[in-house]
Amino acid sequence: MTDDIEIKDKAAWDAAEKVADYEHGWSSDIETDFAPKGLNEDTVRFISAKKNEPEWMLEWRLKAFAMWKTMEAPDWAKLNVPPIDYQDAYYYAAPKAKPKLNSLDEVDPEILRVYEKLGIPIAEQKLLAGVEGGEDGGLPQRRVAVDAVFDSVSVATTFRAELERAGVIFRSISEAIKEYPDLVRKYLGKIVPMHDNYFATLNCAVFSDGTFVYIPEGVRCPMELSTYFRINAENTGQFERTLIVADKGSYVSYLEGCTAPMRDENQLHAAVVELVALDDAEIKYSTVQNWYPGDAEGKGGIYNFVTKRALCQGRNSKVSWTQVETGSAVTWKYPSCVLNGENSIGEFYSVAVTNNHQQADTGTKMIHNGKGSRSTIVSKGISAGHSNNTYRGLVRVAPNAEGVRNFTQCDSLLLGSLSGAHTVPYIEVRNPSAQIEHEATTSKISDDQMFYAMARGLNAEEAVALIVNGFAKEVLQQLPMEFAVEAQKLLGISLEGSVG
Amino acid sequence: MLQINNLHANVGDKPILKGLTLSLNAGEIHAIMGPNGAGKSTLGYVLSGRPGYKVTEGSVTFTPPVLPGEGRGPEPQTDDSVAALDPGLRRGTQEPIDLLALEPHERAAAGLFLGFQYPVEIPGVSNVQFLREALNAQRKYRGEAPLTGGEFLKVAREQAGALGMDMEMLKRPVNVGFSGGEKKRNEMVQMGIIDPALAILDETDSGLDIDALRTVGDGINRIMRKPDKAVLLITHYQRLLDYVKPDFVHVLADGRITRTGGADLALELERDGYKELAA
Repeated sequence: MTDDIEIKDKAAWDAAEKVADYEHGWSSDIETDFAPKGLNEDTVRFISAKKNEPEWMLEWRLKAFAMWKTMEAPDWAKLNVPPIDYQDAYYYAAPKAKPKLNSLDEVDPEILRVYEKLGIPIAEQKLLAGVEGGEDGGLPQRRVAVDAVFDSVSVATTFRAELERAGVIFRSISEAIKEYPDLVRKYLGKIVPMHDNYFATLNCAVFSDGTFVYIPEGVRCPMELSTYFRINAENTGQFERTLIVADKGSYVSYLEGCTAPMRDENQLHAAVVELVALDDAEIKYSTVQNWYPGDAEGKGGIYNFVTKRALCQGRNSKVSWTQVETGSAVTWKYPSCVLNGENSIGEFYSVAVTNNHQQADTGTKMIHNGKGSRSTIVSKGISAGHSNNTYRGLVRVAPNAEGVRNFTQCDSLLLGSLSGAHTVPYIEVRNPSAQIEHEATTSKISDDQMFYAMARGLNAEEAVALIVNGFAKEVLQQLPMEFAVEAQKLLGISLEGSVG
Repeated sequence: MLQINNLHANVGDKPILKGLTLSLNAGEIHAIMGPNGAGKSTLGYVLSGRPGYKVTEGSVTFTPPVLPGEGRGPEPQTDDSVAALDPGLRRGTQEPIDLLALEPHERAAAGLFLGFQYPVEIPGVSNVQFLREALNAQRKYRGEAPLTGGEFLKVAREQAGALGMDMEMLKRPVNVGFSGGEKKRNEMVQMGIIDPALAILDETDSGLDIDALRTVGDGINRIMRKPDKAVLLITHYQRLLDYVKPDFVHVLADGRITRTGGADLALELERDGYKELAA
């Protein structure tokens, strides 16, 4: 218990130490195994061969690659992205380690150090302490199983044995392709089809690793599952692929955290996340995205083009997306729910912060095909500096979907006079019984609020952080506790320097 | 405790304070009365450092009192990090601080509290969170250990209870959906929790019904009527002074103090009006 508290205090202390500079801006010196630079069929074959993939997987990738060559990058988002030279990047970078790791002891100590620096509890004995609970200070024990993705390869999966006892499969996707090919083939590319969009198709061709989760029927996953992604090698695109299947009556909470070192060049990140919830199953998917946003002048930073989609296939199934987006130079991301199941539920809670020259175009799609399906969208956009922040959302009700309900709330908060907030809601209703509500506000932090907080003892940055956290509270309280604390700190940090 | 000398201040380009001189000692309660537009609220804002209020001349020095044995918060630490602090900010010293050189949050940490005429709403931030963060920011600034959640809640419960405020209200967002009277009462709860050396209360009595007025008056006496504290009470009306007996009453007209007297002066003002006196 004392250790847990120490870990917690240290985390709090470290967070307090963070200054205006991006904290994770170092790159570690690890020998990396690259694919040849550039993108062609050989690159795709190289990746597949490196991973000893079965033939069907290679064929799938090649088909995607052929498709991708005929496609064009989408340009409908309110983003200003310079043309990306896809030939000027590496598509596979793996730490030079033993091909198959049986335990943590075999992991390159340098890699473990990187994760230590990131504060990720990779060692099995390290239990993540819960954060201070209610106002009366309970300290619940929480454990998180981590699947750490280092550049393109998952280096270790913790808590595997305990999960296996529960019947939960928690693997890197590369392993799952070999060990559970039937299960993977049944769902891979079924929620986000190969031809879905330019970046998703590219991901199909060159995805390097990612996570696979299967929760068997009736099982409540005994711990929260987590993947930390990190782009380390220079000029490396990271294309991870996540597939989570929740069988009937099961429940899982999944956490995704992202950081990347500082680089002057822009790095591409194009992930695909597919979730499937069967009858009465529930998936809670939480993301805190803190990729390097570029410097104050807008140089460098991650281009984050991500396709995330959930299929609520079963009746009474539920998927809840919660995201806190503070990083990346460009964010293009719309975690969505296809609500096919009767009385299925989709939720989207989002905080997107942009500062300096960051651009974010993010939101969700709720596709109501099932009778009585319901969805809730709460989006909080915070723009500071010269940044632009757009909410883009679609609520669609199919002709046969009786009794659908949706509630959407989009709030924007502006700091300073040079930033922009934009809201682009699409509502397509083809069934007259639907009840759709949409609320939207745009506000600025007022001088009155700032002075009030400062007159009580908070400095300008603490005051902004407090007011912004209040603004984002409805979303933050959806996060699992340890993530909520991290997210609160991140909001403050990412807005540093935004008040004069 | 507070020395204001020949204070001139502008709001924008407009001069509002025009040579105000005033002195408060520890243990004293001063009331400032005056007609609308005389500069009463401006004085409160200038003293607490609100941006946009520009001092053009004069000085303000603040001398936090020596604490008698027990008092506000735990004993100061004595390690080097505390020794390195601005001497005026250490509890138990008595060196004058140039108040106008400090940022608003630094003035708060030094022991100054402004009770707002119009308390501000902060959606999504509970009173408990707001006050705990504010108090601990002050304590950090003074080199004191932060209060834990439990310690803070104990203080908060006591103060809310003493002012007849439901603990549930403290868990609600700061001033959101509060009535005018509840907001003012909340300011007093905040004052009780922060426990300042000097309180400037800007029309704390406005918007209060008779019962609330009595509660707030009792609160001011209980929290601030102490030998090591002082209060500057800004008000239009004499009625609050029925509950909080001032040691001095000042008339502020056209940016300076035009008359000073005892508690009787307030009654005189109530009877004759400001015009009579200013003339």
